[in-house]
Amino acid sequence: MPPLDQPKLDTSPEMSDEIRKTTCYMCACRCGINVHMKNGKVKYIEGNRDHPVNQGVLCAKGSAGIMQHYAPSRLKAPMKRVGERGSGEFEEISWDEAFDIAEGWLRPIRESSPEKLAFFTGRDQSQSLTSWWAQAFGTPNYAAHGGFCSVNMAAAGIYTMGGSFWEFGAPDWDRSKLFMIFGVAEDHDSNPIKIGLGKLKANGAKIIGVNPVRSGYNAIADEWVGITPGTDGLFILAMIHELMKAGKVDLDYLIRYTNAPFLVNGDEKSPEHGLFLRDADDKPLVLDRATGKPVAFDTPGIKADLAGNHRAAGITHRPVFQLMADKYLSDEYAPEKVADQCGISADTIKRIAAELAHVAFEEEITIDQPWTDWKGEKHAQMIGRPVAFHAMRGISAHSNGFQTCRALHILQILLGSVECPGGFRFKPPYPKPVEAHPKPHMGVNPGKALNGPHLGFVRGPEDLLLKEDGSPARIDKAFTWDNPMSSHGLMHMVISNAHAGDPYKIDTLFMYMANMAWNSSMNTKGVMDMLTDKDENGDYVIPHIIYSDSYSSEMVAFSDLILPDTTYLERHDCISLLDRPICEADAIADSIRWPVVEPDRDVRGFQTALIQLGSRLGLPGMVNEDGSAKYQDYADYIQNHERRPGVGPLAGFRGKDGKDKGRGEPNPNQIDAYIENGGFWIEHIPEGANFFKPWNKDYQDWAVSRGIYDAPQPYVFSLYVEPIQKFRLAAQGHGDHQPPDHLRAQIEAAMDPLPIWYAPFEGTLIDEQEFPYHALTQRPMAMYHSWGSQNAWLRQIHGANPMFVPGEIWDEKGLAEGDWVKLTSAHGTITVPAVRMDALNGKTMWTWNAIGKRAGAWALEEDASEAKRGFLLNYLISELLPEKGDGQRWANSDPITGQAAWFDLRVKLEKADRPADGNSKPHMQAQKSPVGRGPKNLTYGDKF
Amino acid sequence: MTTLPKSTTRKLGLVIDLDTCVGCHACVISCKEWNTSNYGVPLSDINAYGAEPSGTFLNRVHTYEAKSTGCNAQTVHFPKSCLHCEDAPCVTVCPTGASYKRQEDGIVLVNEDRCIGCSLCAWACPYGAREMDAVAGVMKKCTLCVDRIYNENIPEEDRIPACVRTCPAGARHFGDFADPESEVSILSAARGGIALMPEQDTKPVNRYLPPRPKTDVTDESKIDILAPFLAPIATETGGFLGWLDKALEKI
Repeated sequence: MPPLDQPKLDTSPEMSDEIRKTTCYMCACRCGINVHMKNGKVKYIEGNRDHPVNQGVLCAKGSAGIMQHYAPSRLKAPMKRVGERGSGEFEEISWDEAFDIAEGWLRPIRESSPEKLAFFTGRDQSQSLTSWWAQAFGTPNYAAHGGFCSVNMAAAGIYTMGGSFWEFGAPDWDRSKLFMIFGVAEDHDSNPIKIGLGKLKANGAKIIGVNPVRSGYNAIADEWVGITPGTDGLFILAMIHELMKAGKVDLDYLIRYTNAPFLVNGDEKSPEHGLFLRDADDKPLVLDRATGKPVAFDTPGIKADLAGNHRAAGITHRPVFQLMADKYLSDEYAPEKVADQCGISADTIKRIAAELAHVAFEEEITIDQPWTDWKGEKHAQMIGRPVAFHAMRGISAHSNGFQTCRALHILQILLGSVECPGGFRFKPPYPKPVEAHPKPHMGVNPGKALNGPHLGFVRGPEDLLLKEDGSPARIDKAFTWDNPMSSHGLMHMVISNAHAGDPYKIDTLFMYMANMAWNSSMNTKGVMDMLTDKDENGDYVIPHIIYSDSYSSEMVAFSDLILPDTTYLERHDCISLLDRPICEADAIADSIRWPVVEPDRDVRGFQTALIQLGSRLGLPGMVNEDGSAKYQDYADYIQNHERRPGVGPLAGFRGKDGKDKGRGEPNPNQIDAYIENGGFWIEHIPEGANFFKPWNKDYQDWAVSRGIYDAPQPYVFSLYVEPIQKFRLAAQGHGDHQPPDHLRAQIEAAMDPLPIWYAPFEGTLIDEQEFPYHALTQRPMAMYHSWGSQNAWLRQIHGANPMFVPGEIWDEKGLAEGDWVKLTSAHGTITVPAVRMDALNGKTMWTWNAIGKRAGAWALEEDASEAKRGFLLNYLISELLPEKGDGQRWANSDPITGQAAWFDLRVKLEKADRPADGNSKPHMQAQKSPVGRGPKNLTYGDKF
Repeated sequence: MTTLPKSTTRKLGLVIDLDTCVGCHACVISCKEWNTSNYGVPLSDINAYGAEPSGTFLNRVHTYEAKSTGCNAQTVHFPKSCLHCEDAPCVTVCPTGASYKRQEDGIVLVNEDRCIGCSLCAWACPYGAREMDAVAGVMKKCTLCVDRIYNENIPEEDRIPACVRTCPAGARHFGDFADPESEVSILSAARGGIALMPEQDTKPVNRYLPPRPKTDVTDESKIDILAPFLAPIATETGGFLGWLDKALEKI
């Protein structure tokens, strides 16, 4: 037929009625978003170009925010359980009744034994509020989810150098020439990493990905190192071996900025063995090369020695660096020795070490920016070593994760690449040394607040949270000899300990945003049984469970009282410097969420509900002298609460006129000022103050002026962590604080003040012939944990999760497309669909995390792919290790921090028949949905 | 049959960098989000919360593994949408004139008022770049966000397709291939941009930048290395400590 005239198009349609700028919460990345409103509905969400985190871009999750906001799984009103726990039978109630019930449980326990409340929050971004509330209540039992997430990474970073990756700092994406990324889950810190990788690519930098799985970031890496899980520490220490052996370390940096020259007591019989030699002011001593005499480490003008012997009181002391040479030059860490175990050839290890050295020392960069250090010495330039590293859970979620993370930090420091141009850079309020963090507290007084913050950083055995009889003060047994440096608590142990009444029974379990009855627990089935278990009187063993969530998650069904949260577009929040901030290496920043849409259900932001519950209970800080509520809601708290004089949840637009930065009186119009400014506040660090932050005088002074510190606190990095040695000394029998005998060997072996590698525990307790393989999960970029499954768009990308099996095993087992496999660990068995993958460590299989769903949850149809074929690996993982035969049950976690060792899992694989019902096994019976089901089809956008 | 314009003034299209694409699906969802409420009927989702959800998308990311000897297997993420071909068989096959290629910029569009939902165009497209919307019964395809790129109601810097605007890694670029000085022309020339399946003679406008060669070959002798292996210092007099003493003296 003949050509028709081109239709005339309207190419300038109205996009929206209004743009409202807030902060995303589709994951923990906290990007700025522009929410386009049309006819009172959300029409379109895009990235905010001005925002420091995402600079305009947005990931799949962020763009799918509409589907999250309008998800049929949203809870509608407070609910009380009317059926058995787990059934999903609820009755909607008023907020007044909900508060009455909560108050009825909580008031009596606060007055008699506040520790009977266990308050644990999951993927909470308001920990400065929730911890303050828990402290005011008086229970010692509070933490967020760090213990089962990445406390190894965080704690190793803080103890070593005063910060870690992600929120603590980032690679210098603009200047790095060689970037190594280890074990990074793909969901966060999501957009900044992708933006950064794009910059590195554009600049021609080399990217090396270290991960058993070559997906996502590893797919675009120039070099992929398909390491065997749990051996990253060995690989890193072998590179350290190579670098030290070749003298490719930054000696000047080590002398100036680290404890490499500190003198260490070398007498094994001494009660101070392994501790630093100190002067009368308690300052560690170093040997001055000019005089050969010991002087305080911070003496201006000295050049410290890195080797030598110093005799004091009949004891020989040697510098840390010399101890490192003794340890890491040993053949134990030679590439040839570790190659097979790591699954990496010796030549590859040597070559990567050579490339690191080459770029760090032969491709040095300089910025012509003078600066003055903490000792008053002036430097004409800033010298950069353009090698940067990043790592996350892949290396930390092992029983050797703490020491592995330490090893990686040591590697960066030896190369002199921390806080220099081209290296890894801290984001304010970091760097912040251990000394600037609180110690953990346990002082319970009925009817009163706890005597200090729950979580912190122990300096030695005297800081453990043990009662006089030696029993744990906390329900999760954090800060005990089992895991002395458990700085984030152990959320994954709360339910099993509470169920066992070990160390004591509790009355009320109060949780927020934590899907403990599903993907957030090891031993998922066991946890469900514990939550529903009854005593001889027919009462639940855990008497009361209060839970707050926005959505009908699996955990909702296991709770007695539900406080329905809003969606992220309906709420106030602050992304606070007191919490997990969004700063950049060159800037201080924070941001807010605000209700860009008013809720159409009887729901309240959890933080508002918490403040209102707190004022009903009369908690200190939440009521006025006359007993009336001090804060009406979270927004009121955000603007008016002061944690220290002049320092509150938001740092921007402080003072009556909104002009103060960091410090200043509360501003009654502060939230409006944030909204006006696009939902965030940012101030750049002055030029010259923005590198070498721990030692940069200008940075220290600026940080004080902005309320980050109350006084300058320069410090040196801890290659050698003295507090760790104090625990080891105790295990060897020194000191007043002594561990139980059965833990001595474990503490002595694991708590080495210099990083070591030891085999992941599970692998040493199973028969390697029987369980020859490793199994892992990864979180997809397009979905955040469990929350994506209710999202009609995202579930079309990740609607089911096969087990990806390496080609070698696939061929050996004779598998074919469409086959199912049976995976068995020492703890359990699953039967699941399998898919071949060759870009994978040959002994490792993996699947996407938390795609599998329980039928009936998340307002999905009971035959949803997530509930039929989807599955959890969690059924194979126990919170306890296989029996050793010594009468003890050992935790499946890092013995230093207690981090859950998810990735230590060992399995065997067999070909299996596809189950006749098409369901992966185990398959849990359906829960009743308290919110009904979603519509069959969607045509979103037809209203606009 | 519908005829194509003899030539177009501009040739708008995308450069997609396979060396940088991490497979995050940001472009997929941003595209869906924009296009479900702008040009044409919404992009529906069938069984949105049910057994096997199936919706209309104008852009999808496929993941492939590439294997060859001497190399570790590679993972390649491959975003795919309409390539806005110069000789677009989806246009010439259209019995109603619904499918057409714009004279001024070369964008291939579907005039939904004329579309009878016969799907001939989808059969004709060798790339599988068109999807029939199951609710509306009309053919949907990438519009290069024709309602964004000229839109005077949005800031100038945002007048680019939604997928390009959102791509976190910066792997997507938009521009005019008829202009040899445009960013897309220069980028494509510099990086060896390839046309997909040229043997089909459809003359696709979009270009894909191939992944850089990987350095993780399994045969170490074939690696183009930055530096030779590190030479130990312990051969010097005094071993490690002797070296250390001399090195410290130089600082």
